[in-house]
Amino acid sequence: MTQIPVLTPVETPDDAPQRVAWKRGWKSYSVYLGLAAILVYCLAPFYWMLVSSFRRTADIFDNTLLPQPFSAENYIKVFDGSTLFGQALLNSLIVAGVTTAAALVLGIFAAYAISRLNFRFKSVILGVIIATSMFPGISVVVPLLRLFTDIGWINTYQAMIVPNLSFAIPLAVWNLTTFMKALPFDLEEAAMIDGCSKWQAFRKVLLPLAAPGVFTTAILTFIHSWNEFIIALSMVNDPTVQTATVAISKFTGATEFQAPFGEQMAAGVIVTIPLVIMVLIFQRRIVEGLTSGATK
Amino acid sequence: MSTRTAAASRPTPDTRPPGRKKSGKRSAGEGRMAAMLLSPTLLVLALVIAYPLVSALYQSMFREQSGLDASGFVAEGEIFVGLGNYTDLFVGESGARFLNAFGNTTFFTVTTVALETVLGLCLALAMNRAFRGRSFLRASILIPWAIPTAVSGLLWRWIFQSDGIANSLIGSEILWTAEGLTAKMAVIIAEVWKTAPFIGLLVLAGMQIIPEEIYEAAKIDGAGFWRQFRSITLPLVKPTLLVAVLFRLLDALRMFDLPFVLIGPGKESVETLSMLAWDESNQLRYGSASAFAIILFLYVALVAIVFVKLLGADVAGTKEVRALRRATRTRKAKAL
Repeated sequence: MTQIPVLTPVETPDDAPQRVAWKRGWKSYSVYLGLAAILVYCLAPFYWMLVSSFRRTADIFDNTLLPQPFSAENYIKVFDGSTLFGQALLNSLIVAGVTTAAALVLGIFAAYAISRLNFRFKSVILGVIIATSMFPGISVVVPLLRLFTDIGWINTYQAMIVPNLSFAIPLAVWNLTTFMKALPFDLEEAAMIDGCSKWQAFRKVLLPLAAPGVFTTAILTFIHSWNEFIIALSMVNDPTVQTATVAISKFTGATEFQAPFGEQMAAGVIVTIPLVIMVLIFQRRIVEGLTSGATK
Repeated sequence: MSTRTAAASRPTPDTRPPGRKKSGKRSAGEGRMAAMLLSPTLLVLALVIAYPLVSALYQSMFREQSGLDASGFVAEGEIFVGLGNYTDLFVGESGARFLNAFGNTTFFTVTTVALETVLGLCLALAMNRAFRGRSFLRASILIPWAIPTAVSGLLWRWIFQSDGIANSLIGSEILWTAEGLTAKMAVIIAEVWKTAPFIGLLVLAGMQIIPEEIYEAAKIDGAGFWRQFRSITLPLVKPTLLVAVLFRLLDALRMFDLPFVLIGPGKESVETLSMLAWDESNQLRYGSASAFAIILFLYVALVAIVFVKLLGADVAGTKEVRALRRATRTRKAKAL
């Protein structure tokens, strides 16, 4: 920074205004082109799933951009009872919901302790909790499969919920700790000076302030649990208990060579729609939650 | 942050540096309260992480007996084989299968993470220049991330059908989902599609905290787009990018859902370590399944440690902690 920048115009030829205009036009043009490319990249496969799901079985291999004719046949078949898909959706909701609730309750307490209390081995404990999130799912599944077989937990909800906590708790603790650390301590301190106990300060001051962070964490945890596959696949083989992601992976047609693609796409759309709605409504929060850890 | 320094240095009340007592004194009561609040979490993690780890280590030293014994009865139970399951990883038919799965896992991890990083950077650069329609763009970029991997496997299997849209778009008749290199390519394409936006989002967040003035100064100095990217953007998003890449590396190493649904279980060309371990436990061969699970765990841990040590990815904010500790220590020394 020893050099003082000399303000010399970089280039001022005679045709500068025109060139600048052209350059600007081209620039915004290329920006929009890039954005269009991103949109196509992100949405085209999903759009193809949506379009295919509305085709009749007879014209499932059509390559038109819109279904012709439009048909809800696949959706009716998905719910006609033979596939237990409605039950599978309910199972997914129960498993993901309970996992999220449990991870949040445990996560809030742990995050409060880590962000607000003084105690020994704190950074070690936080480090261990974060490190557990990189534990491969299969390394949880293999031993627990055996344990759950022995205690008769196979084909139960808890056989999915408890292992799900192995990724849900680190996620919740990590997010909530980052969030609570960012909240000022002054308000709680003021409340305690005014005679609140630590617990009251937590419940009446911190918790309402942390509500957005709790909510963001809930969304992320729910999406992760809803998308979980390997645990649900291993712990359950009874179709009445299995979750939606496992159920659609097992959709098979009459013969191996006649996969019911239309129904699979319809089921895929149904499983994805709740997530798409969440993404549309809460996109800002989701992005915040995803990036808060990485950019602090 | 202030709490960490206190935890690290255990000061008596007089030596505590002034201005760092935001969280109050550390008392026995607080320690007890922390223990109470943390114990449920640690207990659950002990059950779902520590127990499986120990149990897998133990089980990996046994092997299920199969077939008939000398007197013609079906042999039941397990025999202790020590490290037999591990030494078997490199010999014979099962050894070949393990090495293949190990190779596939490594191949998928390296190729997908490399492609995702490049593509994610491009996505972030393009989005960083957009001003209008940013929220719509952000919502659409979240969709590949939000789609369950199992559904995305199904979706790409449909796209890669022999008479599907992929072949008719490029005018070929490739059997994508059959065994071979094309199956590998199908997995890589589907995986990159789903995860590049994730890297893009993280990197974009890193780009948005770069002050605009730096770019303006660079522009005045005559730096072009490429030069700005190399000398400003890349070094400043590097910490974020490294964390994103680390997350993706660890995730790619345990890849299971996508090849399982897209290509199918037990396919040699796409079988990963997770799939192999799952298949073994499905066959009730818990011993070797546990050995594979342990190997995968060690592999993941090794990659994480090497990555953090070599590239200095600051995942848990440890550098900050260390710096703070050092500061506290010097301050304490001065106070004495």
